[in-house]
Amino acid sequence: MVQYAHGRFDASFAALSDATRRGVLEQLGRADASITDLAGKFRMTLTGMKKHVGVLEQAGLVTTEKVGRVRTCRLGPRRLEEEAAWIERYRQLWDTRFDELDKVVEELKRKEKVDERRKRG
Amino acid sequence: MNAGREGEVVPMTNRTTVERTSERELVITRTVNAPARLVWEAWTRAELFRQWWVPKWLGMTLLSCELDVRVGGSYRLVFAHGDSEMAFFGTYREVVPHSRLVWTNDEGDGCPVTTVTFTEEDGRTLLVMHDLYPSKEALDEGGGAADAMPQTFEQLDELLVTLGAGR
Repeated sequence: MVQYAHGRFDASFAALSDATRRGVLEQLGRADASITDLAGKFRMTLTGMKKHVGVLEQAGLVTTEKVGRVRTCRLGPRRLEEEAAWIERYRQLWDTRFDELDKVVEELKRKEKVDERRKRG
Repeated sequence: MNAGREGEVVPMTNRTTVERTSERELVITRTVNAPARLVWEAWTRAELFRQWWVPKWLGMTLLSCELDVRVGGSYRLVFAHGDSEMAFFGTYREVVPHSRLVWTNDEGDGCPVTTVTFTEEDGRTLLVMHDLYPSKEALDEGGGAADAMPQTFEQLDELLVTLGAGR
């Protein structure tokens, strides 16, 4: 498992620990929706849904915009899977690069041993 | 240095971690089973550096690699990728043999300053690579730049699948 930094990642994981919130993200992945829509879909009170959306918003997973009396929710600018995906790719890049470094260093170690044996004659 | 025993067990490869430690910083760590002076050599001698910095799966050929490892010295790597050429270049800011290397990445405005520290313990070396970006946006885009090479990562994914299957 990749180690993540504090801050936004922790907030993201907390946000995703709840089934309703994951459902909300899935829903918003299909189309933007108002808090009222979401509350209806998930059979929740408006207040309950506002809390969930608030947690998602804090984690940067969702943004909301109030127009008149309707608050519309949409997916945030940086979704968790995107960030996690590029960090994992970056990790894989470095992992294979360092595997190659290991080989180079092993070769240096081997040469050193040979040289030492030669010196000892 | 103690000469190793014959028939030594080949150590398992170590874990690479990547952590975004702040909005502008990315930290990569890895332990290498060798003393710091050897890891340093692999990092500062061009003929060794070019053997590992560009793994074959990247699908890029390293055309040239010049490393002038001293404070104020510069480096320049030129790659062929398909029909195009790409250059990576910058200047070494700090050079403390076997211990610390700092360089700039001067390809563009949003590039980080990279610090690598080599910490030896019991004959093994902990590498900590720290990229400090000029802004949060630069790091976000830097990550995005990795996505700009989808082909590369497809190849990598294939390789990883192959490696995984072999285990």
